[in-house]
Amino acid sequence: MTGSFEPVIIGFTCNWCSYRAADLAGTAREKYPPNIRLIRLMCSGRLDPSFVLKALASGADGVLITGCHPGECHYLEQNYKALRRFLLLRRTLTQLGIEPGRVKLVWASAAEGHRLAQEITTMVEEVRALGPLNWAQAANGFGPEPVSAPAAAEGGAA
Amino acid sequence: MSAQTNGQPHERIGVYVCHCGSNIAGVIDVEEVAQWAADKLGHRGVVIARDYKFMCSSLGQELIERDIVELGLTRVVVAACSPHLHEQTFRTACARAGLNRYLCELVSIREHASWVHTDKRAATEKAKALLAGGVERVAQHAPLEPLRVPIHPATLVVGGGIAGIQAALEIADAGYPVYLVEREPSIGGHMAQFDKTFPTMDCAACILTPRMVSVGTHPNITLLTWSEVTDVKGYVGNFTVTVRRKARYIKTDLCTGCGICQDKCPKKVIDDVFEAGLGYRKAVYTPFPQAVPKYPVIDYDNCIYFQKGTCRACEKLCPTEAIDFEQQDEYLTLDVGNIVLATGFDVMDARRIAQYGYGRLANVFTSLEFERLSNAAGPTNGRIVLRDGVTTPQTVGIIHCVGSRDRNFNNYCSAICCMQSLKFAHLIKERTGATVYNFYIDIRTTAKAYDEFYQHVLEEGTIFVRGRVAEVTDAARLPGEEGKLIIQVEDTLVGRQRRIPVDMVVLSVGLEPRRDSQEVAKLFGISCSANGWIIEKHPKLDPVATMTEGVFVAGCAQGPKDIPSTVAQGAAAAARVLAHIQQKEIALEPIRASVDETKCSGCRICNNLCPFNAITFHEDRMVTEINPALCQGCGTCVAACPAGAISGTVFSNDQVLAQLEGLLLRTVKGMQLEEGVPA
Repeated sequence: MTGSFEPVIIGFTCNWCSYRAADLAGTAREKYPPNIRLIRLMCSGRLDPSFVLKALASGADGVLITGCHPGECHYLEQNYKALRRFLLLRRTLTQLGIEPGRVKLVWASAAEGHRLAQEITTMVEEVRALGPLNWAQAANGFGPEPVSAPAAAEGGAA
Repeated sequence: MSAQTNGQPHERIGVYVCHCGSNIAGVIDVEEVAQWAADKLGHRGVVIARDYKFMCSSLGQELIERDIVELGLTRVVVAACSPHLHEQTFRTACARAGLNRYLCELVSIREHASWVHTDKRAATEKAKALLAGGVERVAQHAPLEPLRVPIHPATLVVGGGIAGIQAALEIADAGYPVYLVEREPSIGGHMAQFDKTFPTMDCAACILTPRMVSVGTHPNITLLTWSEVTDVKGYVGNFTVTVRRKARYIKTDLCTGCGICQDKCPKKVIDDVFEAGLGYRKAVYTPFPQAVPKYPVIDYDNCIYFQKGTCRACEKLCPTEAIDFEQQDEYLTLDVGNIVLATGFDVMDARRIAQYGYGRLANVFTSLEFERLSNAAGPTNGRIVLRDGVTTPQTVGIIHCVGSRDRNFNNYCSAICCMQSLKFAHLIKERTGATVYNFYIDIRTTAKAYDEFYQHVLEEGTIFVRGRVAEVTDAARLPGEEGKLIIQVEDTLVGRQRRIPVDMVVLSVGLEPRRDSQEVAKLFGISCSANGWIIEKHPKLDPVATMTEGVFVAGCAQGPKDIPSTVAQGAAAAARVLAHIQQKEIALEPIRASVDETKCSGCRICNNLCPFNAITFHEDRMVTEINPALCQGCGTCVAACPAGAISGTVFSNDQVLAQLEGLLLRTVKGMQLEEGVPA
């Protein structure tokens, strides 16, 4: 362990736009920090807000929710429902004492690999500045020490 | 949702980590990742973890198949490229070995790790986490069968340029019905405006018009010109399309196409579509004499009767009483199984590049204007003359890459401008004997017989100047510049500024997506790139499909291309459509939501979330039901159900939450949660 804090961010992506934007970022060899781990959903509308809570409770320091731009949803309008849920979720999280910067919503079309990479880079820096969330330990007493993911993985591999 | 009971995992999971040559292995220590999975995820069911140079090769696939049979694997995880590339490959390999194809999970450690990260240590650790997520997820997979939906045999082709014409003819010749929708009064597209086609210099009309006639007379093609698609519903196999047939004000069953109405119409209008603003048409018109169909349209905005209430000259003189001023727009509803989008391109508006003077300096022409000028059926009958209509130019400058390969306008290469410019140079030489300059950045003549054409033009004596033109001006500074257009350019081969006086400038303007390409994409549920071109399913391996099943793309709608490539893509799109039709049904991913009626409380929260009307509420039983034929699998209702009564296949709560646990390494040996701890 180096001692510097490396946040772990879970990214929820839409199969039709942002997941493909992440693929495009790859084929274009865009660079972004390795702190994000993506989960593919069929649509941002599939995002059950409890997934976000679960991610934070299980050790994530931040959650990035991504979907198609308004008006471009593959399923016509489900990203608006994602937006509605996100706004409610953010209010709830604020009441729980979670900094708003830990959970972000970003629209990214299949063509916006560069933009997605930039958004990820920005968010990693923002969450790094916020510091560890430590919800997992607080809630469960889980983990031997503050989780910095790569370090934790190395610990596991050792 | 634990994958184990009493410490014993249910599943026997095989893990395969791909090197992808050095694409993955150059950044991620794939051997370490595989070894780690064997060591740390054994208690989660991993019984074998291998790494291999190319998992997608036949040897790689055989490795998986052999393990399934010999080790009795019940689940497979492949850590390799994006599932959008090889998910089907590995699913099919599993199926060959007798494992249900949906018990396989692909983890992207290439696009989402090795290609985007530079820190090898961190990328390797991330790959482990992604792999752990895949292992947890796959344990929650259920065996599924693809959904089978019938394919309606009719096809909608949107756009009647050469791409749409080719696609329509191929499908119709195979014996299936086609609706060809074209916005303009005639099919033909841009190709109908051209004079000659490079590199063979055949006359465009000679090769195109027979095809247009075939479309017009084909028993399997319903031609809907002067029409636009206004609504698209449904999905592959069963689209319902609404087409607006704009009022033509002509009874097409009576019209013989004699042309008397066009002769007698007193209203002349500048034709800025077909004649690119160089010629006139009437208010009742067909765009060109060989138009298909032959029936004219009345241009509402310019017709004297519609605007002033009197005239009706065409009505009085029509020998078959085919004029009908009372006609209204009609809306047709079409059922089709597949859609081909061949909506073409627009040319760049040269006015945007002020320093080239188009629109301000009379003798600066665009390439499309030059096509009409050189066309024997065009406004000057093919005489290449200045804007005054009489003077033959003595010197002509042709500027390449206008708005293309230019970060201020379009960063892409428009693909056709080099050859188009060479064609112009040849025509000018041949018809006027003028001195011709070509100003180019690079000459790109890559297709068959293109470079030979370039060599021919070189030998004819056209002068090539390498350099991007800075300015076209009429401000004479030197003797011999008076009354001329002066092209200011840095000749980068000799390394100095030059001022070249010419009589005529032709701007080889770039191709751009249709102005409304974003709206069209939205209408058909597909995406455009940042430049506005329609995104194909895969740039190399699937260049005619789009991300929406049953919607294909052909021609310049997908990106700039020449006529041979456009025709090839039109035919390719038709082949894909025919493959669908001939199967009579198509397999779809079984991603659907369903309701467990025993858990449904009848709260109706989900009821108005579905844009496909797949959700119905049974008042008598107070439960909600989802129609699997209408459900598209977005999962919005799954996420909304407070009782957890709605579940979604392939993306169930259990699957997503298990993946989350894995990604956060909570299931790794030595780190797992105690039983019963709330998470």
